[in-house]
Amino acid sequence: MRVTFPHMGTCSIALQALLENLGLDVVPPPPITGKTLAIGAQYSPECVCLPFKVNIGNYIEAAENGADTVIMAGGIGPCRFGYYAELQREILQDLGLNVNMLVLEPPLGMITEIWHKLSPLANGNSFAKVAEIFYFAWRLGKSLDHVEQTLNRLRAVEMLPGACDRIWNDTLRTVGKTRTFRELRESAQHIDWMIKTLPIRQQKPLKVGVVGEIYMLLEPKVNLEFEKRLGRMGIEVHRSLYLSDWVCEHLLPEPRAKLHARKVKRAAAPYLRGHVGGHGLETIGHSVLYANEGIDGIIQVLPLTCMPEIVAQSILPRISKDFSLPIMTLILDEHSGEAGLQTRLEAFVDMLHTRQAIATGVEHRAK
Amino acid sequence: MQSKVYLGIDVGSVSTNVVASNASGEVLGTLYLKTQGQPILAIQQGIKEISALIPQDAEIVGVGTTGSGRMLAAAIVGADVVKNEITAHATATLRCVPGTRTILEIGGQDSKIIILNHGVVTDFAMNTVCAAGTGSFLDRQASRLGIPIEELGQLALNAKTPTRIAGRCAVFAESDMVHKQQVGHSTSDIVAGLCEALVRNYLNNVAKGKGIVSPVVFQGGVAANVGIRRAFEEALGLPVHVPEHYSVMGALGACYLAEQIKTVSTFRGFDVADADCQATGVSCTGCGNNCEVVQFSLNGEIVAFWGDRCGKYGHNRVVASN
Repeated sequence: MRVTFPHMGTCSIALQALLENLGLDVVPPPPITGKTLAIGAQYSPECVCLPFKVNIGNYIEAAENGADTVIMAGGIGPCRFGYYAELQREILQDLGLNVNMLVLEPPLGMITEIWHKLSPLANGNSFAKVAEIFYFAWRLGKSLDHVEQTLNRLRAVEMLPGACDRIWNDTLRTVGKTRTFRELRESAQHIDWMIKTLPIRQQKPLKVGVVGEIYMLLEPKVNLEFEKRLGRMGIEVHRSLYLSDWVCEHLLPEPRAKLHARKVKRAAAPYLRGHVGGHGLETIGHSVLYANEGIDGIIQVLPLTCMPEIVAQSILPRISKDFSLPIMTLILDEHSGEAGLQTRLEAFVDMLHTRQAIATGVEHRAK
Repeated sequence: MQSKVYLGIDVGSVSTNVVASNASGEVLGTLYLKTQGQPILAIQQGIKEISALIPQDAEIVGVGTTGSGRMLAAAIVGADVVKNEITAHATATLRCVPGTRTILEIGGQDSKIIILNHGVVTDFAMNTVCAAGTGSFLDRQASRLGIPIEELGQLALNAKTPTRIAGRCAVFAESDMVHKQQVGHSTSDIVAGLCEALVRNYLNNVAKGKGIVSPVVFQGGVAANVGIRRAFEEALGLPVHVPEHYSVMGALGACYLAEQIKTVSTFRGFDVADADCQATGVSCTGCGNNCEVVQFSLNGEIVAFWGDRCGKYGHNRVVASN
């Protein structure tokens, strides 16, 4: 069995560590490139959202490298994502690829439920061993998320342009490759040290909250690295969703994450009470929370035709009005033309600076 | 005494516009050139032509570029300011029509709405996924009907009973138009219907959820079309103002933005009109990103790179500003 999985930001790094530690033969899909997208778009339904197309591209490219088993998440609820794995299975079959698909449905209860789903992957490891391997992958994912979160904040005030990007690349190269707790601790400490010694400017940058569809938020190759772009424009970026949050909330009996989820839901309640699939409810809840925390602007990111986020999008103007807060929606698809994205981001940032200048009476000087 | 002149260049998908203004903000000359897929030539042509429209002894004290080709234009001319279209348009409109609350802008490939309050941009949106509501589509339909684009608007005004055309998709609109032609509707009624469809699409798509308040200013190349303007007025129930330089507002805004520069201009001079400009695409193999990096050289000397994600080639580096 040679396993592979779709890319999704740092998630795939943690997943790769998990599978490798289980002793499985892992064939990670090649990095997402224009070719991946082209293959994906060719074999996907035309109106499906971008994540689906990238997934298909990943599978096919991995299969070319010898993968025969794909691990994919399933889903429940109104978002059509729940059906993706099944449809993808059929597409791969029609293509004549001899690929087996292992679908992980989100457990309704506890992590134990996953045990049954994953038993073919356990590779003869004991439950305790598997639990430890899971725990490591989770720690790894959490470390990566922590670094990314910190860099998203610091990029706005870095003295040397590109310093944060370099730390991030180093993180992926070192932390991302660790397989034991000890290695992880050591390389994470090194990265921490690099972050602590990073020369930064003493100033308070504008803050932008990022909400929206999880895949588009997590996978930098498809969102055209808009977070880095904002950072380079001197904007402190706060992203509402990281993978470890999701794992925490859904897979682990972590009471704090559950509390947070409840808080998000409560914040959304004046605007949206029901679950609308995907992260539509979270988009609304996080936007309200950001607004209460005094964020300067919010950007919603969604793939074209994403139903849950379209519901959220139609509610956001009310939040924008109630809190007098600029909110911009970015709809992305398979285009690689970055000019349009750059223009929208720059215009949004210009607007935030002007608002701040009026509020404080101090004119902004470009970074 | 040498007169001080500012230049603004707006490189869009369909047109490349150049504006020259003097120190007091008066427009000395405007140019509206077709980009025709060759922005470098268009920019050089624009530089050459604009030099004829300004005083011989003028000193260029600031250059601004905007539009989707702003990086390219900045690299060629050595711009002092490189700004996005939203800010450029808003800057120009506020100077030309003080107190503007809403800007409707329809260009060749994109359309935008800008909401202002007390002279500040408070909200904006650009078309996201479809070009049905933009100038390129009108262009295409005009040529299909065999009508010069300039006459399209006047023709729409002559309509007695505009037909209904589907507006949300260029393909739907076109098939609707063909159908209406085949059943015998007059061309002017169809064109009027097309104008209404375009406006409907714009208001539902781009201006979705935005409060449109008077004074409303309509600009961009499509503002030349009186049929669209009237359709806007009818749909909004508000008077719609078209400023004098409606087609070059982006370039004019770039001009005004260049005024804010306090340092000596990095303008390379009018000689760049004849310079040898080479943009070479290189597929960088440094990592999995496989970025398509553009290397731009002027008279054989490399002056700028763009298109890389990692910053290896210098982020958005335009040598002029370094």
